[in-house]
Amino acid sequence: MRVDLKQVEEACKELYIRALKLLPPDIKQGFSQLDARETDPTGKAILGTMIRNIKVAEDTNNLLCQDTGIPIYNVAIGSNVEVDGYGLKLAIAKGCERATREHPVRSSVVHPTTRVNEHTSCGRSVPVINIDFVPDAQTLTIEMIPKGSGSENNSWLKMAIPADGIDAIKTFVIDCVLEAGGKTCPPTIVGVGVGGTADLCVHLSKVAATRPLGTQCDDPEGARLEAQLTTAVNQLGVGPQGLGGDCTSFAVHVETAATHITMNPVAVNMQCHSARRARATFTPQGLSYGF
Amino acid sequence: MAHYDFDMPVTEQQIRQLKVNETVTLNGTLFGIRDATYIHMFDRGRKARFDMRGHAVIHTAPNVRKVEKSAEYPAGYAPICIGTTTSARMERFTRPLMEQYGVRITIGKGGLGKASQDAFRDLGGVYLAIVGGAAALETTWIEQIEDVDLDDLNPESLWKFRVRGFGPLLVSMDSHGGSLYTQVAQNSQGRRAAALAALGVKSQA
Repeated sequence: MRVDLKQVEEACKELYIRALKLLPPDIKQGFSQLDARETDPTGKAILGTMIRNIKVAEDTNNLLCQDTGIPIYNVAIGSNVEVDGYGLKLAIAKGCERATREHPVRSSVVHPTTRVNEHTSCGRSVPVINIDFVPDAQTLTIEMIPKGSGSENNSWLKMAIPADGIDAIKTFVIDCVLEAGGKTCPPTIVGVGVGGTADLCVHLSKVAATRPLGTQCDDPEGARLEAQLTTAVNQLGVGPQGLGGDCTSFAVHVETAATHITMNPVAVNMQCHSARRARATFTPQGLSYGF
Repeated sequence: MAHYDFDMPVTEQQIRQLKVNETVTLNGTLFGIRDATYIHMFDRGRKARFDMRGHAVIHTAPNVRKVEKSAEYPAGYAPICIGTTTSARMERFTRPLMEQYGVRITIGKGGLGKASQDAFRDLGGVYLAIVGGAAALETTWIEQIEDVDLDDLNPESLWKFRVRGFGPLLVSMDSHGGSLYTQVAQNSQGRRAAALAALGVKSQA
């Protein structure tokens, strides 16, 4: 399959807008589950407002949240897909810029020291583009994530040591959730990276934070850890918006990687309740959109 | 719990009567402000031209569309989506904003800290919590963008909105030392040991 870069550009424009407006079904279902079990009156009222907001966004064709985030595009290329890799990156950035100018939406992206906003949602190394290669021979998928800053500002890395064991990982996650309080716009998805190098560990925490609800880590050790941590963080009483309650997080997600004999790294990255993402799938049959 | 409808601006007495867990709905003027706006006003010596005495600010940078100035769009901006950002980053600006501009209400999400709590007590101010991430709904409470200042900082300009039925907002920090954030943080810290024990963590340093 040969990929038309003009179509990629259009899709990347469309994906940014769709992600900002339509919450994925797994997150909506997550809200229903939290709403059913929240016992704190303030927490319950806050969840009710969040659920109402999802409907208002759909009814008024508006953005769910004003934070258009840092745009991230995750590309998965199948083995029989023919594509100009450099051209693909340019097409993604162009689509991102066009969404920003043509809708328009707020560009939340600035140069890190001059703080100049080019009003394109683009800049040095932004949009963030991650490229992976997958076995689905005739498929190219692009996942778009507008990553909000309230949650992204609450990101941590700890280079723990082997002698501290898995207890260091568990303690670190609990302490990150406590430190974040209401600043991350809870209920959150807590993403935990375990192992790897420092940069891989942080990357895994982002993969975990942005994974659909209801999915499990494909490493049984990671899956066990995420089940335990999901229960534990929801015992802390931080609650929706950090104003108290049972529902601090939809889930804790864990991703693991092998690490060095001397290392025990753990990273935490959070996703806010506006856990937005959108997906475009290119196949020989054409282009389709989903989550 | 008591609920209050405020037509902006308000008096110190109206603010002092508020206690945490009560609710407030605003009508009239509301100013939008955030990181770069504060930095330019208080670190770089720029003066905002608006009279904000007795008024409320919300921590925001809206999505807007640039349009021709008209009676409907006096600032030349149509609102698209207006929501709220995390307040904690703006902590050190609460007191100067109150002292120099007479602002009495800060609206945001996630809460503010000790320095702001002290400023609310000393000067007569409150923090009202809005639900973060509920911007589509919040936008329906905004009637118009009336004016804008420091617009070279766009989208982090100083915005003047006209609002109707803006709320209910939760009084989460009052002028009497009350803070729901402090209460929740203390409660959560108190549950830390039990959560770690349930995870089988042996040494809880």
